[in-house]
Formats: sequence, C-alpha cells, structure tokens
Amino acid sequence: MPVIDVKGLSKVFGRNPKQALKLLDEGVSKDEILKKTGNTVGVNRATFSVEEGEIFVIMGLSGSGKSTLVRLVNRLIEPTEGSVLIDGDDLATMDMKSLRKIRREKLSMVFQRFALFPHKTILENAEFGLEIQNVPTEERKKKAQDALEMVGLGGYIHQTPGQLSGGMQQRVGLARALANDPEVLLMDEAFSALDPLIRKEMQDELIDLQESMKKTILFITHDLDEALRLGDRIALMKDGSIVQIGTPEEILVNPANDYVEKFVEDVDRSKVLTAQHIMKRPETINIEKHGPRVALERMREEGLSSILVVDGKRNLKGYVTADDASEARKSEVRDIKEILRTDIEKVDKETSMNEIFNVIHDSPVPVAVVENDKLVGIVVRGAVIAALAGDGEVNIGDA
Amino acid sequence: MLNNILEFVPKIKIAEATEKFTDLITDTFAFLFDPIKEHFGEFMEWSADTLILIPPVIIILVVAIIAFFISGKKLGLAAFSVVGLWLIYNQGFWEHLMNTFTLVLISSILSVIIGVPFGILMSKSKAAEAIITPILDFMQTMPAFVYLIPAVAFFGIGMVPGIFASLIFATPPTVRFTNLGIRQVSKELVEASDAFGSTGAQKLFKVELPMAKATIMAGINQTVMLALSMVVIASMIGAPGLGREVLSALQRAQVGTGFVAGIGIVILAIIIDRFTQTVNSKSD
Repeated sequence: MPVIDVKGLSKVFGRNPKQALKLLDEGVSKDEILKKTGNTVGVNRATFSVEEGEIFVIMGLSGSGKSTLVRLVNRLIEPTEGSVLIDGDDLATMDMKSLRKIRREKLSMVFQRFALFPHKTILENAEFGLEIQNVPTEERKKKAQDALEMVGLGGYIHQTPGQLSGGMQQRVGLARALANDPEVLLMDEAFSALDPLIRKEMQDELIDLQESMKKTILFITHDLDEALRLGDRIALMKDGSIVQIGTPEEILVNPANDYVEKFVEDVDRSKVLTAQHIMKRPETINIEKHGPRVALERMREEGLSSILVVDGKRNLKGYVTADDASEARKSEVRDIKEILRTDIEKVDKETSMNEIFNVIHDSPVPVAVVENDKLVGIVVRGAVIAALAGDGEVNIGDA
Repeated sequence: MLNNILEFVPKIKIAEATEKFTDLITDTFAFLFDPIKEHFGEFMEWSADTLILIPPVIIILVVAIIAFFISGKKLGLAAFSVVGLWLIYNQGFWEHLMNTFTLVLISSILSVIIGVPFGILMSKSKAAEAIITPILDFMQTMPAFVYLIPAVAFFGIGMVPGIFASLIFATPPTVRFTNLGIRQVSKELVEASDAFGSTGAQKLFKVELPMAKATIMAGINQTVMLALSMVVIASMIGAPGLGREVLSALQRAQVGTGFVAGIGIVILAIIIDRFTQTVNSKSD
C-alpha cells in the first residue's frame, strides 16, 4: 500500500469553485475559467501515489500549482475535491483532531524560506514539533539534539536562527522536521532559496540521510536538475495538472508532450549543444607560405603536438605532427606537403555533441570544425567531456 | 424653498434617545455599577494611599535602579528619573503624582486586559474585524469629554469614572496593534505551526503572540500615553492627581501652579514612555 495516495485532488481558489470544476470537466482552460468566473484553478485533479521510502519529486515552474499541491497533502489548504490517503486514512475529510494527530505523528514539512521561529533558539526550533505534542522536556531535548547532530549542527544549539547562514538555517528546518520521526517529509522547494553550491551540498546530504532513514519524501522543486538528482520518480506539473509521472530516465527519454520535452531539452545538453558551442580558436599554418620550421616553432610556442594546415582561403588541408616536422627539419625537407597528413576528422559546426563524442573518441588529434569546408575552430576532447558534465566553458553567447 | 427639502422629517431625537438609553443602562445595571463604584473605588484609593505611604525616597531609588537596568546599564534615564521625581516632590506634588500614577497604571492594565483579547479576536475573524474597527474609530474620535457624562451617570464622581472614561479612550491602540501584530506574523511561520499539528491555542501562544510582541508593546505604549492624557480630563469629574491641580489652576487663573503641575505630568509621561519603550526594544 502506498504511504501517500492522492486521488483526483483539486483546489480552486475563488467564490464559486464547484462551477469552475464543472468547466474544467468540460475542457475549459485555466485561463478562460479565470476570465469567465474569476476563480483560479490551483490544482486540477492530481492523482499520484508515493511508496514507502521513495523520494517523489513534484516539479513545475512557478504558478504550476506545485506549492498548492504539497499544502493540500497536509491540508494547510483545504481541498475543493478529491482525497489524500495517508496510510489509508483520508486526510481531506477527517476532523481537525485526527488531522492534528496525523500532522504530529506522520507528516513533517520543510519550508522554502525555512520558517524558523526567530524568537526561539536552534534547539527550541528543533524541539517545536515535539513541544506541540507535549513530549516531556528531557526527552524532546534529546531527540531534537539527535536530529540536529544528524544534519551536522550539533554545536549551534543555543544560537538563534538569525545568526546562522541560509544553508545552516535549512538544516535546522530539516532537523525540526526529523525530530518527531515522521513517516513522510514534505519538502516545499526546500533548497531553492540556497545558493547553488550549498544547494548541491544539501542535495547530497539529503541523499546520504535518506540512505539511512528511508523516509517517504515528497519533494517540490522548480529545478529539473534537482529533480533528476533526487527523485526516484518525478511528476511534472503544468497549469495545475500533472502532465507526466515517471522515473528520471522515462522523463528524459520519453517526454509525454512538448511541455515536458522543452524542460528536458535544457537538461540533456548533448542534444542541444553543437560543435560551435565548445570549439576553440585553431592554431594553423599556411600551406603556401610556411615550412616545417615555422610549424615546429608555432607548435612549441603554443605547446601543441600537432597543428592544422590551411590554404590562403582557410580551406582545411590537413595537419602536421611535431614529430614529423622535427624529422623534416633534420632531413632538410622544406615543403610542408611532404609531411602533411590528411586523416583528420572534420565535423560541421552544427554537429551535435553526441556525434562529436563518437568521432573524437577515436581521433588522436583534435577534431576540426568546418563551415563550407573552411576551418572555423577545433574541438578538444576535454571540452566535450566538460560540456557534457555541465560545467565547461560553453560560449553560447557567441553562437 | 431649497431648505425645505432638508426638513422633510422633523428633528430626530438622537440626544433624547441617548439620554434615555443611558438612564436605562444606569438603572438596569445599577446592581453591577454600584458594587464596582464602591469596591473598585476603595481598591483604587487603597492603592494610591499605599503608594503615598511608601517614603518618596525609596520610590525614587527603585525607579532609578529599574531605569538603570532596563536601559542597558546606562545612566541617562536613571538620572532623569531621579531629578524629575525629586522636582515633583520639591514642588509639593508628590501625593498628586501618586494618585495620577495609580490612575494611569490601573487603567492601562485594564486596557491591556480588555484590549489584547479583542485584538486577538479581530485578527482571527474577518467579521470581528469588520465590526470592531468602526467602533474603535468611534471611540477614538469622539471627544474625550463626552465619555465623562455617562461615566458620571454610571459611577458617580472620583477615580472610578475616570478609569472608565480612560478605558474607552485609551484601549483602541492596544486592540489595533494586537490585531496588526498577529496579522503581520509571516504566513510561513503560521503554516509551520499548523503543519506540525498545533492547536489554535498552541499556535497563538507559542508562535503568534511571541512574534507579535513588539507590535503589541508599541500599542500598549500608546495606550499608556493616552491614559495619561486622560488624567487632566478625568479630573473634571473628580479624579484626584496632577490633573486636578492643572484644572484648579485654570479655574483660578494661576499660571504658575498650572505650569508646575503640567511639568509634573510631562515628567511622568517621559518616564513611563521610556520605560515601556525600552522594555519593548529589549525584547526584540
């Protein structure tokens, strides 16, 4: 049985939600409903389930309804329609007392802007969930302390949130959520307010923590990279509806529609980046003017083991290696054509990274990038790998 | 001709109706008002008398010591308190000062006791806010003298009607600021409190009120100042204190006495204001 089982969950903000739901049934779009009735559709018939120990990521752009959806799951926002089963109990219809019990014992939430209590110390913040349950002071202090140590904040317990950096504050947020040992963690853009380095660090830590704690995690994000890193499964949201649910692979390889595809394109760099994005300015010699001596000198200056050879119109003729040029100088060969090699791989500047990768793999020398047979650049192996890894120097601006 | 249009109904008897209403209230609630008048009046007098019994030098010292500590061990406020209070003593207004202080203290405490719950109610319910806001506007804009009339009808003359008038005049800021303070608590903090399963009371006492404390204290500070400003007005219905000295100086055209009594009120106002403000800023 799934831990979270959401069926046909909807939220309409406004005066006449039932009417809006009826219009949705008739296939009227969210924008038109807003125009016609003044009601805003927050979430439209969301259905998904999260298994025990799974990290389920809901991702979408701002305004897609993902933050509303997570608040429907713990009923911070009253659902208009549908059900939220937590271990089989329907949260959407239960009375406040049972709801509080479930919130206390099974669901914990981590907030985008941390939502720490500025008037309480770090320890008191971490104790909050237990304090609400009237757990005896000693016991809750110990549990809170353990949770803080788990997130690496054991030494800061008597400071106040204002004294901590953003990353540390969110660790407190996480510790507060973990302190009452919930089954489910709801993480609403938990790392979005952090700067990229800290965000990555927190993602890694969450993955590490998850190894040992095996919580069921519902993670909300607008960042597909984050979704791919963390998610066992990902649900993509658009205009309040879930447009696709799948594993990261499924979503990358089989985007359900244009919207998903567009998202995915940004991530799959190998499909989007072409030779011109990663090429460098080539070092060349002119076949008509230069001999082996110049070639050797140029290679020495630039620290290269080979150099490209072009004619006066920059048409690519081939390349020479340093060894050949050195040999030629000793044997007094003057004409570069004698040592010219032509087995060079050429790619068009529109060639995708995937193809370049296949070519460059077998090539001993950098790959030449040409446009109508004229040399425009070279691609070295390192640049391809760096670009695929996502942190290379990519000069998209020039393209 | 045109004026006739305005006279399409004869004069509406608002004044008469109000009078009848007040009489009705006075008669109906006499069982309530009379004991309040009697016992509360006694309590007030007892409080003032007790303060007067304490040697002035002790009070001045205590005030100075408190001032020294709440202002972060700085001497300014403490020095001002010593000099100011001594000056009032020197001018022979000590008893009046104690009476005024009792009046201000008790009416402020009552204002807070009444005001904070109403502020909380307003912050929790839109309907309550819609109903209470215009009443507060009415209470604050109606000239304060007007409250003296029913106050006398209900409670006779003396300290008790003074307190009553002061309550009506001085409570609104506490109500407004409590409402404002709670509404200003960040939505995420309220959500966090709910998400961990707080009951309404837990949310209020563990999150909302602590977070709204600074704002509420600013409201209380205003309430205290307004209560003090009622002291002179309340003296018209027999409330004792510095206000009565100002009033009698006015009636006898004694500009000197009036000025000195006025200075006494100013000194008290500054001390009370600084006290409530420093307590507030320290809690931030």
